[in-house]
Amino acid sequence: MSALVEVRDLVKHFPITRGIVIQRKVGAVQAVDGVSFDVEQGETLGIVGETGCGKSTTARLIMRLLTPTSGSIRFDGQDITNLKGAKLKAVRREMQMIFQDPYSSLNPRKTIGTIISEPFVIHGLEQGKGERRKAVQALMETVGLNPEHYNRYPHEFSGGQRQRIGVARALALKPKLLIADEPVSALDVSIQAQVLNLLRDLQSEFGLTVVFIAHDLSVVRHMCDRVAVMYLGKVVEVGPGDALYGFPRHPYTGALLSAVPVVDPSRHGVARHLLSGDVPSPANPPSACRFHTRCPKAQERCSIDEPELEDKGTGTTAACHYPLTREEVPEIGVRSSG
Amino acid sequence: MSARGAETLPSSGGNLEFLDIGGEIAALSPLQLFWRRFRQDRVSLVSLGFIGFLVLLAIFAPLVVDILGLPSPYTPNSNLTDSFGSPLGPSGAHPFGVDQLGEDVMSRVIYGTRVSLEVGILGTAIATVIGVVVGVLAGFYRGWVDTVLSRLIDVVLSIPILLLGLGIGAACAVRGCVNGTIQPGLGVIIFLITLVNWTYIARIVRGLVLSLREREFVDASRALGASNTRIMFREILPNLVAPVIVYATLLVPINILIEASLSFLGVGVRPPTASWGQMIASATPIFNTAWWYMTFPGIALLLTVLAFNLLGDGLRDALNPRTAR
Repeated sequence: MSALVEVRDLVKHFPITRGIVIQRKVGAVQAVDGVSFDVEQGETLGIVGETGCGKSTTARLIMRLLTPTSGSIRFDGQDITNLKGAKLKAVRREMQMIFQDPYSSLNPRKTIGTIISEPFVIHGLEQGKGERRKAVQALMETVGLNPEHYNRYPHEFSGGQRQRIGVARALALKPKLLIADEPVSALDVSIQAQVLNLLRDLQSEFGLTVVFIAHDLSVVRHMCDRVAVMYLGKVVEVGPGDALYGFPRHPYTGALLSAVPVVDPSRHGVARHLLSGDVPSPANPPSACRFHTRCPKAQERCSIDEPELEDKGTGTTAACHYPLTREEVPEIGVRSSG
Repeated sequence: MSARGAETLPSSGGNLEFLDIGGEIAALSPLQLFWRRFRQDRVSLVSLGFIGFLVLLAIFAPLVVDILGLPSPYTPNSNLTDSFGSPLGPSGAHPFGVDQLGEDVMSRVIYGTRVSLEVGILGTAIATVIGVVVGVLAGFYRGWVDTVLSRLIDVVLSIPILLLGLGIGAACAVRGCVNGTIQPGLGVIIFLITLVNWTYIARIVRGLVLSLREREFVDASRALGASNTRIMFREILPNLVAPVIVYATLLVPINILIEASLSFLGVGVRPPTASWGQMIASATPIFNTAWWYMTFPGIALLLTVLAFNLLGDGLRDALNPRTAR
């Protein structure tokens, strides 16, 4: 296996400006601050974290919808960090994205047929009206939509169906990489499973590599081979799903996992390891380890010396000076199976 | 997983076919939905009918005047004024009476429709095109493009249009300005109207584009490799059509009133061309003896402006079902 995507020291700062005519920079939101990871060919990498931790920004940076402040992104061996124009357009054929909000990701003024055929129009594929229509209807069938609804408008569909339309559009160009940015968080729970299973089926059918972004840990577990946990613009722990869920080493991962609701009455009353306080502002993040302000295990060192991501010997890579031990894991109520 | 989910759902009518509601239901395009709502609004339908009538009247003015057996609007007739020079009132041959020169008022009101609609519609069309382009560019590119264009709008909005019109009128009335190329008349009026009115459209469009460009379908289009031009014209523009139509419709009466005001002040359309504003102006001194000369062009102006305003309101309601009724 080789890496399809290599992200190195990716940084995205959004400037905070003041002034109307003459704008001056008064600070920066450090949405993503030095993120590195690989996505292997054919795998599903999950990225989890709280709202505002930089998950979606990372996705948009890989898609080049945003331009990184610094760092590099390699896709299929090619450095795409600063590509422009025709070269960027060529790379975009290889990677596609499914968006979070199916109510905003489809243009309300266009029919489903027009929306799904857009990739063909932009890249000059499937010339000819009849052929294009046939290709679009085949895609609609692939994602479980009735091809006869070709001429309908988005407002006539439910959230789950709209997300299927988004999936069809993303698959039209037969991309190698699919980035799913919280694809089910806007959907009813009863519909989520349908869309998730569709994504899994399509992944094996098309041989896709998937970056799956979510804040729902059980969804990620269901979908992903490997999981990266982000906190305030940094990756704090990465590893194969089983290792990470079974023995989380970073206290933040532990806290996230213990917050997952468990449907098991016998565990009622088991202490949860709940974090106190709010996520600090990404415009003014804490020094060194960004988690030290909320970490139960924090020592003085954590606010001075920034921990690097390193192999902790239990399958995962974590950025922590004082990782969780095997005794602490059950104590904080991490569910070990399921 | 989905099978288990279906079992636990309260059974509402056996098998739930989520994806196949039946292909027979005809899809309604936004235009059809709009027409469905608009059709039920009687006031708007009447306004639309009246505007249609005005348009026909303007196009076929000579024919209409002929059919009604009226004299052409440019035929002064001294037999139609009494011995003191006062014009005669409404009669069978001249339903709206005549003016000081003995010209038929009804015939002139009919011809005046041409000027009003020309200014109203042409002025609005040009202003709308400029406004949409400027607004889309400012809203889409933001940054310095937005700063420059927005400040330009502020500058243009501070031009007092009536004063400028009066100035041009006074300076250029006799021999014209810039070697006679600028002379008071329809062209100057349309220019003045366009000069100011594109800014209103531009401001509205800029605001809409600022919010539309953040919608995910714009990102989706960009991720597919669409160019900025394509995103602006194929993704964003279709979403602007409804609000722009509403604001443009509401601009038409404003423009008609500006033309009437400028013509009233003697800057606009010059006699003998018939214009409602100019007719009202020349009727002012003899209102005591010839009420009809001011009343009929006034009514025509009022009804036209009212019809466009009501149509604009109706369009807004029909295109935007969420606005309160």
